Amino acid sequence: MTRALLLLRRRLVGSVFVLLIVVIGTFLLLEAAPGDAVDAYIASTGGDAGMIELLRHRWGLDQSALTRLATYLWALLHLDLGQSVTFSRPIRDVILERLPNTLLLMGSATALSFGLGSALGIYAGARPGGFRDRLLSIGSLALYAVPGFWLGLVLIIVFAVDLRWFPIGGIESIASAKTGLDRAADIARHLVLPVSALGFIYLALYLRMMRAGMAEVWRQDFVLAARAKGLSRRRIVLGHVARNALLPLVTMLGLQSAQMLGGSVVIESVFSVPGLGRLAQEAVAARDTPLLLGIILVSAVLVIVINLLVDIAYAFLDPRVGASEAGA
Amino acid sequence: MSEVTISRRTVLAGSALLLASTALPTIGWAQTPKKGGRLVVAADSEPRNLNPAIVASNGVFFISSKIVEPLAEASFDGKDGLGPRLATSWEGAADGLSVTFKLREGVKWHDGKPFTSADVAFSALQIWKPLQNLGRTVFKDLEAVDTPDELTAVFKFARPTPFQLIRNALPVLTSVVPKHVYETGKIEENPANNAPIGTGPFKFAEHKPGEYYRLEKNGDYWGKDQPYLDEIIYQVLPDRTSAASALEAEEIQLAAFSAVPLADLDRISKVPGLKVITKGYEALTYQLVVEINHRRKELADLKVRQAIAHAIDRDFVVKTVFLGYAATATGPVPKNDPQFYTADVPTYAFDVAKANALLDEAGYSRGDDGKRFSLKLLPAPYFNETKQFGDYLRQALAAIGIDAQLVNNDSAAHIKAVYTDHAFDLAVGPPVFRGDPAISTTILVQSGIPDGVPFSNQGGYKNDELDALIAKASETLDPAARTELYREFQKKVAADLPLINVAEWSFISVVRDTVANVANNPRWAVSNWADTWLEA
Repeated sequence: MTRALLLLRRRLVGSVFVLLIVVIGTFLLLEAAPGDAVDAYIASTGGDAGMIELLRHRWGLDQSALTRLATYLWALLHLDLGQSVTFSRPIRDVILERLPNTLLLMGSATALSFGLGSALGIYAGARPGGFRDRLLSIGSLALYAVPGFWLGLVLIIVFAVDLRWFPIGGIESIASAKTGLDRAADIARHLVLPVSALGFIYLALYLRMMRAGMAEVWRQDFVLAARAKGLSRRRIVLGHVARNALLPLVTMLGLQSAQMLGGSVVIESVFSVPGLGRLAQEAVAARDTPLLLGIILVSAVLVIVINLLVDIAYAFLDPRVGASEAGA
Repeated sequence: MSEVTISRRTVLAGSALLLASTALPTIGWAQTPKKGGRLVVAADSEPRNLNPAIVASNGVFFISSKIVEPLAEASFDGKDGLGPRLATSWEGAADGLSVTFKLREGVKWHDGKPFTSADVAFSALQIWKPLQNLGRTVFKDLEAVDTPDELTAVFKFARPTPFQLIRNALPVLTSVVPKHVYETGKIEENPANNAPIGTGPFKFAEHKPGEYYRLEKNGDYWGKDQPYLDEIIYQVLPDRTSAASALEAEEIQLAAFSAVPLADLDRISKVPGLKVITKGYEALTYQLVVEINHRRKELADLKVRQAIAHAIDRDFVVKTVFLGYAATATGPVPKNDPQFYTADVPTYAFDVAKANALLDEAGYSRGDDGKRFSLKLLPAPYFNETKQFGDYLRQALAAIGIDAQLVNNDSAAHIKAVYTDHAFDLAVGPPVFRGDPAISTTILVQSGIPDGVPFSNQGGYKNDELDALIAKASETLDPAARTELYREFQKKVAADLPLINVAEWSFISVVRDTVANVANNPRWAVSNWADTWLEA
């Protein structure tokens, strides 16, 4: 347990700096983009000079960039994410409304790609170079090469428009007043297509990684020893080869969480899922700096937490990890 | 067909027919509207302010016109193209200093309070004039609104204001909101801006951000037996392909404002049960315009502008960019406008040889590489068609030796580059014609507009004659004389080319054939839908 705690402490200190850099970097990037929130707003409404001045003043955009950054950081220090100009609501509320949808989408997609990917990887890696291995490797490579939005559109056309098995989008049925299990089932039905679109693309990664890892492990001496002991092939595959090839996949899981967040921007748009990714896209288009900063911050925290969990899991899975910290 | 006498036998035959084929679309004779049902509509964006009295834009009206009503709405057969809503009659004084509105009796706000002339006075003076994007121009001389009784509102103007202009502005600019809701606190921060309270056929029920808006039937609506629908849902579908899929999968019944891309219309029109409708947008005309920065020495030369006008094949643009769903333009007023349009203006036939000759005459001969000069071209990003026309224009200009470099921006960056920084030579813009040139059209060529005002003359163009004409028209009270001045205006713009009008287009609706009373007024998508009903 102490090993995990030490790891946690070191990580938390580092994270604060990472977050600060992320916030300032994003702020400067958005500042460098031409046009501000008022420009984005009047693009859809029009308005005269007086109105534009009034809006700039009301949204605090008549202040210098440095003042705004300082104000933002000061508020952030008090855990206040500020007010969104797009929604005229506290950013905390806007984000909290969308976060569960994104977490659900990402979590399910990660579970799908990791679970199915590693299972198929074991299946393929059980006999490297065999027919099943070839078939799965080519199939997964093809899937990996497909752009996410395209896969999403194909799934919509086949399963929502033609077969009508699943809804074309959204997170749940509109104003259906469903509660409890009914509602959960409804949400699950809505998630099938977006989770598949997002999950299947990353599935290939885990599959190939598992397979490659296993091919490596097969050549190790202890496998030979296990064979010599007369263990069944099944036990060698699952208990020795797959188990040792699993570790890099866990690392990948942490790294992929950031990728998955990026991928969900596209999938959320295609499937009209009201999540963080789509919100981020809207925030950029509207030049809603505080909202985008809020989203990036939450995403960064999310990625840091996931990686931390992965590290802790790693420490438990592999006794060698963290041994140096524990000794220090 | 609506005159058919319905006998017992035909009714029986009719119902047998219905039983035989439930998929049969609209039967010929007039049907009695059915009550009830939920209409699900595609929405591509979520306006941040739903108060149409503050933001008079189509994106806002699409949703809030069902909740908040204007004094009058556009109509195909009404006098002056108007049909009464909250006002039952309107009359302008001969001196142009006042307009008297008689208001509808027995109208209630959604919270049960009675609607009176005080609400109209409040909306006009506290919102339309000081806060509304368009009202700030049209109502700038509005001084007071007298309310002699609860159902009369008299608008008093400081300077003579043409009644014709006020009349034409009624559908777009005069959404009335309740005084008792808005009189306390800051109007811009009132929660009712995001959950509007109005007098319309539908009440605002809820907004789930990123998912949908839900409107429900107003049981106390003043229209007899209206509305027919129980609910309207606006389902937010941000992806451009999803509206078509949702229609096919029968998850939505209507996609307005060309939510289904033009390229998909041909396919979708063959899907059984779906109709493609081009009617119902007659008063919502967008104009495809080449905006010109007259600060560029080459573009300040009329011959160069004429050459560019001759280099554009308008028929090709209509056919290829708009797939035929548009009309070629001759000047700053669209052809489909019933009051002001004149075809009697200088025109520029597609003629590359002539364009080249004009450029030679102007002294811009081709260099060794075949190029005369380079330009920066910024197509507005709001529509697929403006972007595609940008691509076309680049090629059209290449044919006359002008090397146009495309700069593609998103909305915010485009607005800043063109209207504030003037960092463009040519831009492609889609201004809207709003029924009267004084609302948002003359501003496109008039001089003296401060930097940063979008959809206005930011090209540094100044023509004293044209400015004088615009000023004169803005204070001419006699409608015939005023119309004549705007015809003169069209001629002058077409002759001097402060900008180049290329085409005019509007939107397409795709709708299930079970939705009845679609497109029955010239601003249908942004009107009240009180008489819309569902067959199934």
